[in-house]
Amino acid sequence: MIPGLEQYRALFEPRGVVVAGASTHPGKFGFVSLHNLLANGYQGGVYATNREGSAVLGVDTIRSLDELPSGVADLVFVCTPKAANEELLRVAAAKGVRAAFLTTAGYGESDEQGRADEAALVALCDELGILLAGPNGQGVVSTPASLCAQIVAPYPPAGGIGVASQSGNFVSSFMNWSCATGVGISRAVSAGNAAATGVVDYLSFYATDPATDVALAYVEGIPDGRGFIGSLADVAAAMPVVIMKGGATSGGARAAASHTGSLASDDRTFDGALRQCGATRAASVEEAFEAAATFATQPLPRGNRVLVMTTAGGWGVVTADAVTRHRDLELVELPDDLRDQIDQHLPPRWSRNNPVDLAGGETRDTIPALLELVAAHDAVDAVIYLGLGIQSNQARMLRTGPFAQDADVARIVAYHERQDARYARAAHDVSVATGKPILTASELAVAFPDNPGPATVRATGRLCYASADRAVAALGHLWQRSRFLQRRGLAAPASGSGRGAGPRDD
Amino acid sequence: MSRTLSEAESKAFLSAHGIPFAPERLAATPDEGAAAATELGFPVVAKLCGDGIAHKTERGLVRLGLTDEAAVRVAVGELLGAAMPQDDATGVLIAPMISGTRELLAGLATDEQFGPTVVVGIGGVLAEAVADVAVRLAPIEALDAEEMLEQLQHRELLGPFRGEPAVERGLLVDVLLGLSAAATTNADLLSVDLNPLIVHDGRPVAVDALVELADTQVAP
Repeated sequence: MIPGLEQYRALFEPRGVVVAGASTHPGKFGFVSLHNLLANGYQGGVYATNREGSAVLGVDTIRSLDELPSGVADLVFVCTPKAANEELLRVAAAKGVRAAFLTTAGYGESDEQGRADEAALVALCDELGILLAGPNGQGVVSTPASLCAQIVAPYPPAGGIGVASQSGNFVSSFMNWSCATGVGISRAVSAGNAAATGVVDYLSFYATDPATDVALAYVEGIPDGRGFIGSLADVAAAMPVVIMKGGATSGGARAAASHTGSLASDDRTFDGALRQCGATRAASVEEAFEAAATFATQPLPRGNRVLVMTTAGGWGVVTADAVTRHRDLELVELPDDLRDQIDQHLPPRWSRNNPVDLAGGETRDTIPALLELVAAHDAVDAVIYLGLGIQSNQARMLRTGPFAQDADVARIVAYHERQDARYARAAHDVSVATGKPILTASELAVAFPDNPGPATVRATGRLCYASADRAVAALGHLWQRSRFLQRRGLAAPASGSGRGAGPRDD
Repeated sequence: MSRTLSEAESKAFLSAHGIPFAPERLAATPDEGAAAATELGFPVVAKLCGDGIAHKTERGLVRLGLTDEAAVRVAVGELLGAAMPQDDATGVLIAPMISGTRELLAGLATDEQFGPTVVVGIGGVLAEAVADVAVRLAPIEALDAEEMLEQLQHRELLGPFRGEPAVERGLLVDVLLGLSAAATTNADLLSVDLNPLIVHDGRPVAVDALVELADTQVAP
């Protein structure tokens, strides 16, 4: 059986969930998973089995799934030992369950017996028409359903990134980055042993999922490379896919009769295959998350010409270097007409070049006006904006210092904080109006996340990059995908400035 | 198990897929070598040819820049003398010395997980140390081939270089498409090595070739 929409809905949008093997011991998976399900706002029915029938976390448990009413639960979250699972799944299927997430260990990852048991498990779920997730997995998260069925934290904010990972730890990593940046997750699943359902199967579901705009995955070994790439190409045709691969440097050297054979290492082959199907490859967890977050929250650039706008010198110079160093981005030469227009807004000491360095010459309305001016220009495809939040950082020191009660101090604090929020809002609004990416970078996003600059970037649904280099790297990924689509005559699927980049409640 | 074709067989096989090679003659004796060199025009290179020979440069089985008949006779004699029984030597290949500052490589490799792949990169004797290659799964399209060239770290070598014109990219793309076609039409093709692919007057010319086939004659 190839799981269909019914099975994936059972996994990601279950009408009810039953935790098999709920425990009264707070250290056990059977306790933590039930807790996480109850603690994050899931609205469906929650059921649990417990051998003694003890109440767990206020849930009246049943001793066996036999007592579960039919048709109330679509998903069984399995925390029971291996020996119990066959009977459990048979009863679950009879009660209408269509997806099973197994945390149970001791299957294919262990020994010969475990591998045999895993094969039997796959055959059983196939027979029963149940989507098998795991075994030996960490859990599943689905924000449209407020579902947090997993044996670890966190539960991320809602958004458009769909995560699938061969390693549960990286599901947590990506969700932690989501919590840190505010750029949200739609679905996240740890494939565990991927006995029946592998990472690329989840990605294929995401490609059809209205809640997901971008797919983000961690993979290690890929036994069926051709099959994997074939499926991935279909996903990449529908939405951006960001792939991080472990084991990238192993197996580089192999015995080969030819130079060509030894140069075509595993890693270069994988890399080429991803380029060929339009997927994005990232080398580190932050690069992967930030690429996905940027796809989810910024429009694709139509070209590679970047303008850097900064309120202070050094940042602009270094960012211009990073853009220039990037193989596929271009630091646009400032057009004469744009220079003339900027002259109208600034005293003559500004850089008169790209990077556009305001050199402290800005007044109350300069930054929103300049953002609008540079982003609207035909010669500019993307803008990187630096310097947001500096004044609010000073305002914070004033506000928390010994002279905070002074009326003039209070007035300037309020002014700076209002202005930085306004600039961040302008960067978002101008991006939406022009359909061009505007990336804001400041380490204040990390140092003082409640600074009204970065906090407002977050509130607009976008990512405030911790450094300009990271913004440049993310922008490079967007351009590479845009170019891939353009060259092949593929329309860029609607991305960014949609679901991800809207006002947020939190 | 696999077997390799001799250089002459490799070139014949690949020529059929449109890979551009320098003209050459197979000489069995020093006199035949000298005659071939005169016909092709000096300077020439001489290479021992045989089914069992790979990595000719490392074994000193390539003589470059031979400028007259006498030098060719000496070289052919020495190369025939250097042949070992396992080389299955069939003679010495005489070819015009193709000059060009830039040496590329192109070929096919078979990946355990991904199957046949097309490869292009910076070639010559430093190829493995430089390790600047782009790989794609076969079959590829012209756009893939162009993006492979664009992906090379040293892609500026494809532009005008030291008084030589820019590489005609279309011809390089054709080489890669030819390799791709060879892979998709020959299931037992395991690898192809075109190194160096010398850029002469902006045009890529293969001066060596090694074709490796799966050995289908292994007893069941």
